[in-house]
Amino acid sequence: MTTQLQATSVTTETEVRAPVEHAFRVFTEGIGSWWNPDHHILQADLAEMVFEPYAGGHIIDRGTDGSECRWARVLAYDPPHRVCFSWDINLSWQIETDPAKTSEVEVTFTAAGPGQTRVVLTHRHLDRHGDGWESMRDAVGAGWNLDRYAEVTAVQAPHDASGPGWQQP
Amino acid sequence: MTNPAVALTALADPTRRAIFERLARSPSAVGDLAREFPVSRPAVSQHLKVLKSAGLVTDQAAGTRRVYSVDAAGVAAVREYFEQFWQQSLASFRAAASQPTQEET
Repeated sequence: MTTQLQATSVTTETEVRAPVEHAFRVFTEGIGSWWNPDHHILQADLAEMVFEPYAGGHIIDRGTDGSECRWARVLAYDPPHRVCFSWDINLSWQIETDPAKTSEVEVTFTAAGPGQTRVVLTHRHLDRHGDGWESMRDAVGAGWNLDRYAEVTAVQAPHDASGPGWQQP
Repeated sequence: MTNPAVALTALADPTRRAIFERLARSPSAVGDLAREFPVSRPAVSQHLKVLKSAGLVTDQAAGTRRVYSVDAAGVAAVREYFEQFWQQSLASFRAAASQPTQEET
C-alpha cells in the first residue's frame, strides 16, 4: 500500500485478491462490511450503511435510533471500474450543504493479474474545505519550506492505532 | 497528530489568520508583530498562544526574545488526517474483499 503526495489531494492504493467485479461490489454495496463503524457523525450508534448504486444516489448512514445521515453524493457509478462520490462533511464534523465546499473521492478498480485487482483511491479538492485550509496551503505553496512539508507528510506511520476518528471533533 | 479541526478553527479568526500568514513569510518576535498589526501586544501574544496550541506555529528563544515561525507539521495536518483515514479504511476493505485462494484447502 502506498501513498502519494500532492498539495490538495491524497492518493492511496492497495491490491486485493479478488476479481474486479467482486472488489467493486464489496467497496460499494458491501461498504458496511469494511467501513470502521466508529467513523460516522450520527448521534446514535451506526446500525447500517447504504450505498445507492447509481449516479445521483447517496451513501447513507442509519443510526440505531432510526436517524439518517447522507454524507456523500454518488457522482459517478461505472461498475466495475470506477466510482466517485462527494465528501459532504466539513472539518467541524457537520454535514456541508454547499457543494462548492465539499471534496471528492474517486476509486478505480483495475485487473492486475488473474483474480487480482488494483484499487486506487484519490481524495481530491481538500482545499474546498474552507478558509483555514487555504491559508495553510498558501503559506506552504508559496515555496516556503516545501521540502520540510513533503518530509513531514511523507514520514507518517501508516498503522497508527490512535489514528483518525470522526467522533472526536 | 495535530487535529485539523482545531487548526482550522484557530485560523477562522481573521487577525489570527493574518498573523499566521505573516509568519509564513518570515519568522518574527511578538514585538515586531504588535508594531505591524493594529492590535495590542497582549492580544498578539494571545493569538500566538492559540496558534501554537493548534500546532500551527512554533517558537524558539533568541537571546531575550522568542521568535515565532510557522510549524510545517501543523500545516500538513489536514492531509495527514485523510491519508491515515484512507490507509486504514483501505486495509479493512482489502481484508473484506480478498477471497481465499482455491489452492488453500
